[in-house]
Amino acid sequence: MAVATGNSFASRFGVHIAVLIFVAIWTIPTLGILVSSLRDKNQIIASGWWNSFASSTQTEAGRLPPASAQAEKDGKFVLEGNIFGDGAKRDISAFGVKSAAPTQYTSGTTADLGDGVTLQLNADGSFIMQSPKAFEGDRGQRIYYASSAPPKFTTDNYRTVLFSEGIGRSFMNSLTVTIPATIIPILIAAFAAYALAWMRFPGRALLIAVIIGLLVVPLQMSLIPLLKLYNGVGAFFGMPSKTYLGIWLAHTGFGLPFAIYLLRSYIAGLPREIMESARIDGASDFEIFVKIVLPLSFPVLASFAIFQFLWVWNDLLVAMVFLGTEADQIVLTAKLNALLGSRGGDWEILTTSAFVTIIVPLIVFFSLQRYFVRGLLAGSVKGG
Amino acid sequence: MAAQIFSAITVIIIGVGGCVAYFWGANRLVDLIFPSRGVAGAAAIDNLRRQGLVRPWLFVGPAMIILTIYLIYPVVETLRLSFLDRSGINFVGLANYEWAFGDREFRNSILNNIIWLAVVPAACTFLGLIIAVLTDKIWWGTIAKSLIFLPLAISFVGASVIWKFIYEYRGEGQTQIGILNAIIQHFGGQPQVWISLPFWNNFFLMIILIWIQTGFAMVILSSALRGIPEETLEAAVIDGANPFQIFWKIMVPQIWGTIAVVWTTITILVLKVFDIVLTMTNGQWNSQVLANLMFDWMFRGGGDFGRGATIAIIIMIAVIPIMVWNIRQANKETGGH
Repeated sequence: MAVATGNSFASRFGVHIAVLIFVAIWTIPTLGILVSSLRDKNQIIASGWWNSFASSTQTEAGRLPPASAQAEKDGKFVLEGNIFGDGAKRDISAFGVKSAAPTQYTSGTTADLGDGVTLQLNADGSFIMQSPKAFEGDRGQRIYYASSAPPKFTTDNYRTVLFSEGIGRSFMNSLTVTIPATIIPILIAAFAAYALAWMRFPGRALLIAVIIGLLVVPLQMSLIPLLKLYNGVGAFFGMPSKTYLGIWLAHTGFGLPFAIYLLRSYIAGLPREIMESARIDGASDFEIFVKIVLPLSFPVLASFAIFQFLWVWNDLLVAMVFLGTEADQIVLTAKLNALLGSRGGDWEILTTSAFVTIIVPLIVFFSLQRYFVRGLLAGSVKGG
Repeated sequence: MAAQIFSAITVIIIGVGGCVAYFWGANRLVDLIFPSRGVAGAAAIDNLRRQGLVRPWLFVGPAMIILTIYLIYPVVETLRLSFLDRSGINFVGLANYEWAFGDREFRNSILNNIIWLAVVPAACTFLGLIIAVLTDKIWWGTIAKSLIFLPLAISFVGASVIWKFIYEYRGEGQTQIGILNAIIQHFGGQPQVWISLPFWNNFFLMIILIWIQTGFAMVILSSALRGIPEETLEAAVIDGANPFQIFWKIMVPQIWGTIAVVWTTITILVLKVFDIVLTMTNGQWNSQVLANLMFDWMFRGGGDFGRGATIAIIIMIAVIPIMVWNIRQANKETGGH
């Protein structure tokens, strides 16, 4: 391949740049939610995440102290202090007293509020408000100010979504769905694949043909009859129709044709001599399967396991049909979908929740990439 | 939290354990009923033969039962339901199909699906091929491929949130926190509410699927490119072919079969696209597609199983020919393995 194209400096440089652009386009979206999920929630809406390392300007509201804090100086009533208290120092660039014009005055200037009342707010937050008449009331003057805050990163968003938004619970639910929905089809498919590859029984060829035929059935075909069936079975036995067992079996059913197809072609390719010598030594089919076939098939089992794990973890459709939407059953994808509806503009919640839902697939992906690619190459026929 | 983890683990153990127990237990049972060890010669041979008759069915039995309940029965039942009314009791003939082709929303979905079909597989395959070729030439190509491949591990819902954040809209003049509108505003353009722009919103949803699936096309095409014999490329270089000629006339024809498999695989995925539309627009602003419309009818107004089933049948009719061709082609490419 290396010899394939011109090797001039310009063309090689161009290739680097082109790939760099592609990589940037493909990674920036994910980077955006990762960075945002770690930002302070007020800063997320105040500036774009790509500016998150710069100070951000945000408009805040505050209240000056009540009339009881006033002092009389030179015949004028004065309120003095610092709106930030002793807290973090921020730079105020502008302020105002009306919500419609929160940045009416530049900081450091004196604003005339009418009736001889003046207010000066400085960049460091110190203020002085003066009036010829005594201030009244126990609620202080409302003020608005635009301040630039230094970049602030926090894990608060993760604490919020995991423990009070229910994402932590959904994470457990997703695991509860995904682990058995990965292992059960492997077991069932491996036994079936072995029987179809190495055991002789009437109807074997027909069974193989049927299973390959079932590969083409789209998932959508199954949903309505199964929903009816589950409702019927649930009503008949007086049980809830949405159960973990129900979704495990559903995922097992939808994954089986592909699993058997994939495992059978691999197991059928194992060397005949090993099987036969084991049989001569008196091993039963069960022993041959457990002691010889399973260990030898590890790569293909791993490929399928990763494929199925990611498929089930990322599934939304099956989960929405066969599981409830209560806290004890809702999985991450469905929860994230619900949050998109209920917390539409709360980007600190959405970005953090999204990152929690994608972190497991990303770990699986990075640690087991080799098997993942292999499963993908084989699995191009599944497609859901 | 501890109680949740405990109950989750218990449920998992029961589920997986039950499955293991079946295979182990059924196998033991056969050994006990037809003992082949510790009995006289003739009886042992007889019992071994009986074991051989029963055991395959123990192995394939669970798979057959599950496939029957979860795939074979539903296909027949869905077909039957598509001729029944919303309650699933009264026969209505072809009324559901007539409804479908007269329904504005259904026709809109078909039209959108066709646009998706025209754009997404082509874009993914094309981009995947270009990236596969380019990354093959540079020392950090593997890292680049990993990063472009990465979105494939992300769920459609997760990807939807990621892209919704990119398309986020704030009124003109405000600080844009969505990167797309920020760029447009930076260059003096008008920020837009991308996902509700009629017609064009489809393309903004398609970008999400293209972003996810390009990595798939890239990996598969990349491994196919590796399989091209060096000699053909060297010969082309010696003959003075330029890089574009080598790409179009030497490389592409040799991996044509793989390109077709990638294209059809993504086509099938597109026909069933559901999550992205549900989470981004739920079919509003004329962005409906078949799979989401079907899901909608399953639950709309208490659910209309007749219409839902009809849409499912139409999806299946569209998918099956492509899928059959795809499996044939994939088998040919991999030599049956």
